[in-house]
Amino acid sequence: MTDVETLVPRETPPDRPAKTVKRRNGWQVVWSNGKARTGIVILALFVAVAVCAPVIAPFDPKNSTLPAGLQPGGAYLLGTTNLGQDIFSQLVYGAQVSLIVGLLAGVVVTMIALVIGLVAGLLQGVVDEILSFSINLALVVPALPLMVTIAAYSPVHGLSLIIFVIALTGWAWGARMKRAQVLLLRSQDFVTAARFSGDGLWRIVFRELVPNMVSLVVAGFMGAAIGAIGAEAGLSFLGLGDPTTVSWGSMSYWANSNGAMLTGQWAWLLAPGLALSLLITALTLINFGIDALSNPQLREE
Amino acid sequence: MLYFLRKTGLFVLTLWAAVTLNFLIPRLQPGDPAEAIVQKLAGQAQQVDPEQIRAIRLMLGVPDTSLWNQYWDYLNALIHGDFGLSYGYFPYSVTHMIAEALPYTLTLVGVTQIIAFVAGTSLGAWAAWRRNTKIDSFISLGSTFLSTLPFFWIALMLIYVLANTLHWFPEGGAYSGEIVPAFSSGFVADLAYHAVLPALALLITGSIGWILGMRNNMVQSLGSDYTRLAVAKGLRERRVAWTYAARIALLPNFTGFAISLGGVFGGTLIVEQIFSYPGMGKLMYDAIGNRDFPLLQAIFLITTVAVLLANFLADVLVGVLDPRVRRQSS
Repeated sequence: MTDVETLVPRETPPDRPAKTVKRRNGWQVVWSNGKARTGIVILALFVAVAVCAPVIAPFDPKNSTLPAGLQPGGAYLLGTTNLGQDIFSQLVYGAQVSLIVGLLAGVVVTMIALVIGLVAGLLQGVVDEILSFSINLALVVPALPLMVTIAAYSPVHGLSLIIFVIALTGWAWGARMKRAQVLLLRSQDFVTAARFSGDGLWRIVFRELVPNMVSLVVAGFMGAAIGAIGAEAGLSFLGLGDPTTVSWGSMSYWANSNGAMLTGQWAWLLAPGLALSLLITALTLINFGIDALSNPQLREE
Repeated sequence: MLYFLRKTGLFVLTLWAAVTLNFLIPRLQPGDPAEAIVQKLAGQAQQVDPEQIRAIRLMLGVPDTSLWNQYWDYLNALIHGDFGLSYGYFPYSVTHMIAEALPYTLTLVGVTQIIAFVAGTSLGAWAAWRRNTKIDSFISLGSTFLSTLPFFWIALMLIYVLANTLHWFPEGGAYSGEIVPAFSSGFVADLAYHAVLPALALLITGSIGWILGMRNNMVQSLGSDYTRLAVAKGLRERRVAWTYAARIALLPNFTGFAISLGGVFGGTLIVEQIFSYPGMGKLMYDAIGNRDFPLLQAIFLITTVAVLLANFLADVLVGVLDPRVRRQSS
């Protein structure tokens, strides 16, 4: 037994020194942030409610054979609509729509933004000029009026239409951020080193650039999801959503058009708005942890 | 100078792209759009007036001709300010309907956005100056909480609490039915009284972005060398905060102000519908319900052009105020 062997634990290969600083993966960084942890717990609750909706909801949300216009309390926790639907069951099922729209539209928007940001950042000259111009155009064109105009022309009004218009109007901000990040990264030494060692374009993109953009992509996804959930609620509130799906936006639409507040069905109007607010709060809180991914100064040890 | 030339060129190009986008949207559907619209109108058991078909043709061009010819006709009509006839408010022209609604929205948005900008940036600067105190956490946390609430929900709560319950303000409309619209002090007061609630809704949601944005900018500029120098020179606190830190922190907000106008119009769409306020947002909402496509498209175009113009002016203003921006591009 030499002195060196006692210093180096057996598990560690001799060519690699023992780490003094414990490295943590992305999930651990986010989870160690108190705000983000709260957000993740709330989001997990929403997901659980959405998945177990058939078990949790006492009634079918579209079943309109219950006593109509009941105020909150009793067997109907939040009362019933003027058509005789259980509001609590609608609230539970509404979580599904918001989460699905947030997830799908978030993914689509993030993918579009990533591809356009990468291409614009990597290719200089005419392609970049055209893409940057499109980004700036999409940033300034008023989003909700554009969504509304496209939705008004569409013959079908479903969730896919809503996701489509959100994707069409929502990608620009993320694309601009990602283009700026690519421009910053491509001038860094490690990219130059990779290029000089003979790495091809694709290898540089996927081994050097994309791994350094993970936190930006995740943060972009969260932002897009928040925007999409809000946009779905707004469009449904304006009556441009799918009239047959039960979402928090469409609940607010019916509650408002039936004067829920005046008839004492206050929960009909209050509950969907507060549910939306809580879900968006959860996502905003998670974003604090994601910021800590890219900025180590924000980490909580 | 190059900076301003480049911005002007970009503005003209963006304007052209927006006008073309407006031309393309109804043509993205498969089939002949004019025919589809006539079908939809006929489906509503309405008698289709030949004038309405003429209006559709005017909007969409003659479908038998090439897309290029349609585009040319469309541009030609636009230059003459001819948006055709409204289906929903037939036989009024689209231009007439917009001229009726535009002053309401311009006043509402203009007044609220300027107040929101001034109040929001001041609150944000104040929070940053007193950061990590109770005032700061009250302002920052309060605005973060408000930003998670759906916009329509805030407006509905305002109606419920301030109109339905307390009866302080009317529920909706732009003026009382019994008052004859005229340029009298009574009518103007009535207009203002009716505008309070929609304005409040736009004000609450409009200022949040400025508060949070200004706080971030200001925290950065407070940590910079020129602020430290100002403190070292022994200048009074108030002077350091407002004429040193806040002045630089304000610049990004000018550009932000113009970009936000697009979002603000989205807000008026919801607010005017909730308060039945007869502006552009309500007009657009009703145009959707009536399938009034010429009106819908004209409103979309005018809104977009207004936002583009605001962005162009903001770019020019920032160029005048901040010499660094001008130097960068030349």
